Amino acid sequence: MTGAPLVEARTVALSFGPTPALRGVDVAIAPGELLAVMGPSGSGKSTLLHCLAGILVPDSGEIHFAGHRIDNAGENRRSALRREHFGFVFQFGQLVPELTAEENVALPLLLNGVARTEAIGRARDWLDRLDLDGLERRRSGELSGGEAQRVAVARGFVAEPQVLFADEPTGSLDSLTGENVMELLSTAARTHGTTVVLVTHDARVAAYADREIIVRDGRVTTPAWVA
Amino acid sequence: MTVPLTLLGLLEREPSHGYDLKRDYDLYFGRGKPLPFGQVYSTLSRLARDGKVNAAETEPGAGPDRKRYVITDQGVTELETWLREPVEPEPHLQTVLFAKVVLALMSGRSAPDYLDTQRAAHLQRMRELTELKRTGSTIDALLADHGLFHLEADLRWIELTAARLDALAKAVTS
Repeated sequence: MTGAPLVEARTVALSFGPTPALRGVDVAIAPGELLAVMGPSGSGKSTLLHCLAGILVPDSGEIHFAGHRIDNAGENRRSALRREHFGFVFQFGQLVPELTAEENVALPLLLNGVARTEAIGRARDWLDRLDLDGLERRRSGELSGGEAQRVAVARGFVAEPQVLFADEPTGSLDSLTGENVMELLSTAARTHGTTVVLVTHDARVAAYADREIIVRDGRVTTPAWVA
Repeated sequence: MTVPLTLLGLLEREPSHGYDLKRDYDLYFGRGKPLPFGQVYSTLSRLARDGKVNAAETEPGAGPDRKRYVITDQGVTELETWLREPVEPEPHLQTVLFAKVVLALMSGRSAPDYLDTQRAAHLQRMRELTELKRTGSTIDALLADHGLFHLEADLRWIELTAARLDALAKAVTS
């Protein structure tokens, strides 16, 4: 990697009770890079994502973001960091069912104190970019799985985060719909220079990333050979 | 063996010159490996010899491209038979991947390292095909998808094998 990483884990270890989830993971992610984190179920890949995003605090090791250590920051600071600099997309969109598509997308902006009119305007803009124009007023129950997931992607990007964390973003979709979501997600990330950490067990999804790391038994395996 | 049958398929649309057949073959099926003119004409000669095409009237001018080829009833029958038959599935237990894993285990070399290396190579190829899919035509996308699904199947096998290496090692070294 040339230049300083934007997100970095240094010898990160974390156990849940007696069960080790991460056993000394090092990973460095460059600004603008799309990194796929792969591995079998239970390998620790989602735990790694949660540590990198400041959601979980490792037992040992360090997490750095934009040159600053964040694992030793308090919950309030990490929460502010997530709100202001990170976006999230999860397997099941986790849209708020009472809100419309545009309100769901506007949510991160509203939480950051952006005025409602402006927030809704920017949300509509992102819904357009993800081919969702016309669906602004629908509630999540009135959207197909693929549409709901694209709303979730729009919500992930709307606050223009430096890093988008996506945990199995296509896991609940059929392969064609999933690829459509990945195409839109990767294009949006590349257009805006957003760094993406993409957890997936699906090689076809990982193929949209610039490179992949494999997590197995809480460790990152790096092949000796690189293309 | 698909070039003669593919040319028959192209000829079934309409009688054509060798040049037109080569152009359409390269457009739809060549994909970075154009069919040499020599192979087009030698294939058409063999198809004519075997009664699957007729070389129609020779038009004025010089060179082999003056001939127009027409598919015969026998050619159509052969084409139909071929189009109905499934392609022989590859014998999956004799792939190079399997041979390498077993040989690594037999010789005490690191099979996990080999599998990691192979996985990285497969994913690199999948990235290339995904890029082709994103930027290419519908035909490119469909061909890329075919490659992607095959590579994905190999990757699944790689994951499963990685999880079963201890058992496999016992089986091949006992």
